[in-house]
This record gives sequence, C-alpha cells and structure tokens, in this order.
Amino acid sequence: MYDELLLTVLLTSVPLILAATGELVVERSGVLNLGVEGMMLMGAVAGFGVTSLSGSPYIGMLGGATAGALTAALFGFFVLGLATNQVATGLALTIFGTGLSGLIGAPLVGQAIDGLPVFIVPLLSDIPVLGVLFRLDLLAYLSIGLVAGTSFVLFRTRAGLIIRAVGDNATSAHALGYSVLKVRFYTVMFGGMMAGLSGAYLPLVLTPHWAEGMTAGRGWIALALVVFASWQPWRVVGGAVLFGGVTIMQLAGQARGWSVSPQFLSMLPYLATIIVLVAMSRGGRAERGAPAQLGRIFLPPR
Amino acid sequence: MMRLTPRPYVSPHQLLLVPVLSVLLSIILGGLIFAALGYNALDALYQFFVAPLSRPDQIGNLFVKACPLIIIGTGLVFCYRANIWNIGAEGQLIFGALGAGWVALYLPESWHFMMLPLMILGGMIAGASLAAVPAFLKTRFQTNEILVSLMLTYVAGLVIDWLVRGPWRDPMSFGFPLTPYYPDAALIGKLSLPVIGKLGQLHWGILIALCVSGLGWFILSRTLAGFKVRVAGDAPRAARFAGFSPNIVTFSVLLVSGALAGLAGMVEVSANMGQLQPQISFGYGFTAIIVAFLARLNPAAVILAALIVALSELGGDSAQIAMGIPKVVTGVFKGILLFMLLAGETITRYELSFDLRMTGGKMSRGDADV
Amino acid sequence: MQKIIGFIALIGIAIGIAWWSMKPQDEVQQADGASSGPLKVGFVYLTNPGDHGWTYAHEVGRQDLQAHFGDKIETNFVENVAEGPDAARVIRELVEQGNEVIFTTSFGYMDPTLKVSKEFPNVKFHHITGYKRSENMATGNIRFYEGRYVQGVVAGLMTKTNKIGYLGAFPIPEVIQGINAFASGLRSVNKEASISVVWVNSWYDPVKESDAAKVLIAEGADLLAQHTDSPAMLQTAEKAGVKGFGQSSDMHEFAPNAQLFSSVNNWGPYYIQQVQHVMDGSWTTGEGPDHWAGNTWNGLGDDYLVLTEFKNMPADIAAKATAARDGIASGSLNIFEGPMMDNKGNEVLATGAVLDDGGLWAMNYYLDGVLGDLPN
Repeated sequence: MYDELLLTVLLTSVPLILAATGELVVERSGVLNLGVEGMMLMGAVAGFGVTSLSGSPYIGMLGGATAGALTAALFGFFVLGLATNQVATGLALTIFGTGLSGLIGAPLVGQAIDGLPVFIVPLLSDIPVLGVLFRLDLLAYLSIGLVAGTSFVLFRTRAGLIIRAVGDNATSAHALGYSVLKVRFYTVMFGGMMAGLSGAYLPLVLTPHWAEGMTAGRGWIALALVVFASWQPWRVVGGAVLFGGVTIMQLAGQARGWSVSPQFLSMLPYLATIIVLVAMSRGGRAERGAPAQLGRIFLPPR
Repeated sequence: MMRLTPRPYVSPHQLLLVPVLSVLLSIILGGLIFAALGYNALDALYQFFVAPLSRPDQIGNLFVKACPLIIIGTGLVFCYRANIWNIGAEGQLIFGALGAGWVALYLPESWHFMMLPLMILGGMIAGASLAAVPAFLKTRFQTNEILVSLMLTYVAGLVIDWLVRGPWRDPMSFGFPLTPYYPDAALIGKLSLPVIGKLGQLHWGILIALCVSGLGWFILSRTLAGFKVRVAGDAPRAARFAGFSPNIVTFSVLLVSGALAGLAGMVEVSANMGQLQPQISFGYGFTAIIVAFLARLNPAAVILAALIVALSELGGDSAQIAMGIPKVVTGVFKGILLFMLLAGETITRYELSFDLRMTGGKMSRGDADV
Repeated sequence: MQKIIGFIALIGIAIGIAWWSMKPQDEVQQADGASSGPLKVGFVYLTNPGDHGWTYAHEVGRQDLQAHFGDKIETNFVENVAEGPDAARVIRELVEQGNEVIFTTSFGYMDPTLKVSKEFPNVKFHHITGYKRSENMATGNIRFYEGRYVQGVVAGLMTKTNKIGYLGAFPIPEVIQGINAFASGLRSVNKEASISVVWVNSWYDPVKESDAAKVLIAEGADLLAQHTDSPAMLQTAEKAGVKGFGQSSDMHEFAPNAQLFSSVNNWGPYYIQQVQHVMDGSWTTGEGPDHWAGNTWNGLGDDYLVLTEFKNMPADIAAKATAARDGIASGSLNIFEGPMMDNKGNEVLATGAVLDDGGLWAMNYYLDGVLGDLPN
C-alpha cells in the first residue's frame, strides 16, 4: 500500500522536477520566464498529438520537447531580441500558450494514446517501499539524469560558470567578451525544452488523455520550486517530492475518511509555496543565492 | 544580429501608434491562425470584431463585459507604474465578492438602505486585505509579489468554494452550491439611458467604472501621491533620494489595486449574478493585465483598452455560435495582442538596427555584439 | 492633438467600412415565432462532444432527435459554454437566431436559463438536472442512481478486499443519490464492504481522476466507480489490474478488461418527447409547487438510462445484475426502501417506507456502507 502511494507521489513530482530544473537554469542566467505554464501546455498537447499521430511515445517525447523549445524561442525573441519587459512577456506567453494549446487540442479531446512503458529494474525493484524507485518510466529516470547533468554543468564546467556569471553580473561578463544575449537565449531554449518535456509527461505517463489546461497550475508551482530550492538543482527534487506528496495526501486523506474539508487540503500546496517563499527570502535575495541580474534587461553597450 | 539603440526623441504620436498597430497586427496574425486551422479567416474575423457590435443591445453587453476590466485595470495601472507586479487580481476580485456577499447576506433589514455603499466598502476592504499579504511579505521579507499574489488566487478560489458549499449555502438549494439570492437592495439594476432606454444588460456599475478610471487618471497624473508612484517605478533611486518611502508606495499601490479588484468583484456579482456560486470570475483578473498594458499604463485609456479586449471576448462567443470555433481562441488573441504591445513599446523607444557581421562561436572571447 | 483625433476618426471609418462591406455566411435572424420553415431547436453544451462523456451523450440525443423528425426541425448547438452569466448571453443569442426550443444541458445553467426564459415568453426552455421552473421553462433529468444500485450489487459480489473506491465530482444531490444507491445495492449482497469517496472537484479532469484512482487502489480498493466524465479512472484501473464501472458512455474501448459495465445516458427519448409536445401544442411545465412534479425524471424503466453489456464478470453475477436491473425497470425493486440507516447508525427511513422524490432531493447523509462524512 505505501509503496504504491510513494510511487504515485514520485510520478506526480516528475513534471515539477523537469520544469523547475529548466527554469532554474534560465534564472541562473538572469532571465525570469513566467511563461512556464504556457510552455508546459504546449509540450503536453504536442506530446499527446505527436504520439497519437506517430504511434510512438518516444517520438511524442521529442515532439513535446520541441514544442516547448519553440515556444520558449518566441519568448526569447521578445525578451532578448526586443528587450521587452520579462514579467509581462512571460505572462503573455502563458496566456498565449494556454490558448493555443487548447485550440490545437480541441479535436483531440476524448482520444487516448499508449504512453511510455514502465522499466522495471530486475532485482532492485523488489526492495520493499524504496523499490518503487526502480519501477519508473524512461522520462522519470531521464529527469533525474537531467538534474544530475544540470548540477554538473552549472557547477563544474566552464559553460556553467559562464551562465552563472551572466546571471550575476552581465556587464562584466560582456566586458570579458561573452555574448550575454546568446547565452541567455540558449538557457531559455533549454528551459523551454524542459518545460515541454514536463508537460508531455502528463499525457504520456500520468493519464493518456488531453484536456484543456491539464497542467492545472503546475507551471506556477515549478516557478515557486526554483526559489524554494535556492536555485540549486538537487534541492528541486526534494521540493518537488514534497509538493507532490501534499497533493496526493489530500486525496489519500479523503480516501481514508478524514473529515478535513477537501478545499482546505487542496489549498495546502499553494499555502506551502507561500510559506516556503517567505522562509527562503528572509535576509534579502543576495544571501539566498538568487542571481543578481534576475529579471533585469540587458542591453549590450557598444 | 539585432541591435537596439535608444531613440533620442519619442513623439507622442508614435506612442499612440503602438496600441493601434498592435491591435491591427493581432487581428492579422489571428486571421492567419484561423486560416491555418482551416476556418474561413474573413468570416471568423467578422464574427470576432464586427458581429458583436451589430446590434444595440450587443453594444450594451460590450460595456457590461468591459466594466470589471476597467475597474481592475485602473488598479493594476497603479501597481505596474510602480513596478509592483500584482498578478493576483483574480483572487482579490473573488475576495471582494466574498466581502460584499457577506454584507449582502447578513446585513439586518433595518440597514438595507445603506446596503450598497456598505457592500462597496466590504468588497474593497476584502480585496485590499488579500493584496496586503504580498505587500507585507514584500516590504518585510522582500518576497516576490508575483508568486505570492498568484498562489493566493488559487487559495481564494478554494475559499469561495468552501463557503458556498458550506456555511453560506442556501438551505433551500437542495445541497447545490449556491448562496441565497441577494436581497433586492443588494442588486445593481439595469441602466436606462435617456432616449435610448435600456441597452442589453447594461447596468449602472459602468458609471462606477468610468468614475474609477477618471479618478485614477487624476490621482496618478495630478497629485503628489501619484507622482510618488510614478517616480518609484521610473527612477527608484531618485525616489529614495527624494525621501519617498518605497515601502509606503508598495503597500499603497497593492492595497489600491486589491481594493479596486474587490470592487469589481462586488459589481460583477450584484449586477450579473445576484448570488454567489463557486465560480464567479472568468479570468477578469488576468485579462485586466492585458488591458493595463494596452492602455499603456494610463488610467484614462483603460476605458478604450477594456472595450477592445471585451470586444474580442464577445467575439469569441459569437465565433463559437456561428462557426464552431473553440472559445480558447480568445486566449490566443489576447496573448498575441500583449506580445505585439510589448514589441511595439520597444520599437518606439529604440531604434532597431541589424548587424550582419558574423561573430565567432557562441561563447568565445573577442568582439561580441549581441 | 489634431493628429490623435484624426487617428481615431480613421479607425472609426475603417471599422464602419469593414462592417458594411463584410457579409457573414449566416444571416442573423429575428425571433418572430415564424411558423413557416422547420422548427429550430438549440442546445447548450458544457464541454465538447468529443469528451466521450456527459456532453457526448447529449450530442447523441440531439442526433437522435434530428433523425427522428428529419426536415421538420433544425437543430443547433453551442459547446464549451461556461456556467454563469456568460451562459445567459449564449442562450439569448440562440433565441435571437430563431431557436424556439432550447435545451441547456448542465446544472450551472439554471439561473441563466431562468432569466432568459422570462425575457422570451414564447420560447420553450428546458433545463437539465436543475430544480427551478417558470411558465416556459421545464426541467428534465435521468434517474442516474438506478444504474448505481446495479453497480453496487456487482461490486458487492465481486470484491475480494471489501474496499470500493468512488470518484465523485461535486457533493451535489445527484452525486449523493448515486453514492447512496450504490451503497444500497452493495449492502443488499455484502454486509462487510465499504465505500471510500474521493472528491475530484471537477466533472472532467483526467489527471486528477487518475491520481484519485491510483490513491484509492493504493489504499486497497479492488473495484472503482466514478461520477466524473473522463475514462482516466478506468484506464488507471486497467493498468493496475482492478475493475470498475464506466459513466455516461460506454468506455469499453478504453478499458477492455477493466470495465464491468457502464451507465449510459440516453437523452434521445426525452428530447423527442418534448419536441413532440411542442409540435402538438401539449407542452407544459407540470403542476404543483414541488419542482419534481413537473420534472421529467425517468430511468431504466423508460430507457432514459441504459446499462451496457455486462462483461468481465462471472455469469452468475451477471445474472444477478440483470435481475436487479429488470427489477428496477419494472418497478418491483425499490432502491431506497426502509429500514435504511445512515453511516452514523441513525435511521433515515422507517421500515416499509419508500423514499419519494422529495426525499431523494433532500439527501444530506451517507447511507451505511460509505466511509467518512459528507463535506459540509
């Protein structure tokens, strides 16, 4: 019983891990992309549609990632190419992505696809309770790999150093000769790809359907997760499992006949986010690891 | 690559051109999307932008739809001018409706002659109190107001759901989540214009909206308080130097926009629904963000901006009835419109130039332009 | 300043010209109660017919109606209409386009339909699943709970863990009637089993329904029932190897091994009956103050509710299910017959009494067999 609950919690946390890790990299380079929800939905509809057309969930995964990246490219064009206000552009992206995904997905409602299969690691998956860690699908394993990869690149490679430099002090980075806008564009694309994968996870693994707005606010929670994790990749995993846990606990509580009101239980993830945000931001942003340039427009001086 | 250099002089005509061109471009792009999805683009655009204006009662409905957008939009203009990004107007609207609803349902009979003013007060206080949360957290802990206000939107939605299904549910409603119908004193009735008479569902809440917009313009452009707000947004260092406390500005703009969103909630329920149900807002808080930008953060222009956005909402309905186009397409339009507005803003302020020199490598040292 | 005025004038002229020159495909007609031409019937849908659930069933009903009357009527529909004041506008628009008979197919359209019905006394409105009427607004409903009783019987006989999982959308009377009917059927064959209810807070949310199903299965349920609209629950059941009951339409293709049977809503007969009344001039909204007096509320007996073929179960259980269904349809089996206890041990129906429609609408308790409290 508990291992199945744990499995459900883990599966629920994967989309959060993917989207938050992507956004983490974006923010590390100094860009605030509020359009995660829109990108996730585009990834979801693309993942569903491409799988439905091609018959292969793997191609569907690629489709989702591509859709996310393309949507992010739109954001990048405005925010980096035209130096528009990042907050407003991100919102525009969310509204646009939500609408466009609904439009594209309208003829797809009611259909079902064959999602990603589960890979069972032979011996390890028989361990009681923790064994569920070895009964996940490809994308879930990939998400952990991506977190590890992101952590490695960000903190142990030159490329990561450049990304962080651009996020902390863009003017100096530019003076040293690094192309701030190009670096940011690549991180934005990466963030979009991750958001697309994250959205695609919903129809590919959680439930093989498409429904309008099916991400139900997960994109915003992913944004909060980045802050919760103080912009550190491995903490994203912990936070995501926590949030997934709260969501599932609400349902389990009802199943067990607890008499707490379902609305209050549903509120918990959002209240938890606020509490975490406050706890994390006490003492000012600089001490908490926020990239100093976050949200600021950079115009390359001549 | 593209390079942006600030223009030395931006004429007011160019600034006016931005919203106009943005709207036109959005229409064109929207038409292209329709065509790409297999619909007759011209018919669709007609349904969207002309059909909703083709009958006088429809014009009344246009103002009805624009009413909450004007009220919330004015409040958001205050916030955005000060660089405070209040995204939670939707939740503040819901709280306002709850505050007003509490007054409507529990005010004793003998006080009914004061019902509407008290409801307005209740709505504004409730909306402001929800906005006070991100205000407090930002001034005290520097917490990002975007995420806090957004999370509270979800919380507000769950609170109204709980109230309408539980303590405030009408005992006569067979368990359905509806509050009792508001007493007549709590309703906002239809507006009867001289000569024309009643226009569709037009109610006198529109007068409140027009006043709010006018007052907002006056305060922002002609008072010291408004000046403080504008300086806080345009030149925060100068503001501090002049002694304008950033915390007071933050608090004030958030409380004002929360109160106005709450007022909009009160008006919407009293004019259109007459009782509370789990869902009373349909994205007005988010749509108002676009209205604020379309109005180029000018409280007086909010009226026209709201009408344009309301037109596209009504158009979505009309296109759906006449051509079967899914309603979500209004979201696409709104998104495109906001993108175009933002791009237009840049193009008027900066000169765009293209530099076709090839620079070497993505992260190499050397002379990087972009 | 002059340039600004000039701009505005230009835009205004442009709009005016566009307005004049563009001709739409469909002409907007006035509602004048024309007796020439086919009778126009309008439908308002909550979601789109592709949802394979609630709206799909209404769409099938509309097609049955159109086929039945052929050229004598013309049906139109609008889909994805949000409940609330926007719905009133859509309903008005349908009337302005000449529809003289309107069906609004979700509870949340009740007040908008009522409001519009008062503005157009010549148009005949029907509201599905509601309880308010006016002189020209009738109500129609299906006794969904009858199918639930049969589900309860099958569940009670098939369960090995004695735990049943139940997905509810919202705690409204219709859903509670269903849960209690399920419990009644369950208890008639199994004194030990219990039902766990999880509220999804939505009629159609595949992700949440799937999560709720997974949680219920993790908590030990080996049979699942749903009062939500997507096939997600059954698919989750299929993957986990448990069985369940479908809702609103046959979900067999989504869950070939898991679906025991599905309760299908059959709206055709109701639509046909009502339109026939309009044509004959015998249309009424019923007598009496109680809303259920004028309510058309039929079930298995009149084929308003149809149960799909019983599959994935042993033949003897299928036989019992068939017997239960036939009993309800013929009226020989009363689902809610005293003595009935709620799940706190209080008697809610005395021995020998039968719950009437009024009692059905007033159900604010869970019957014995259901875990937990009604959210309140």
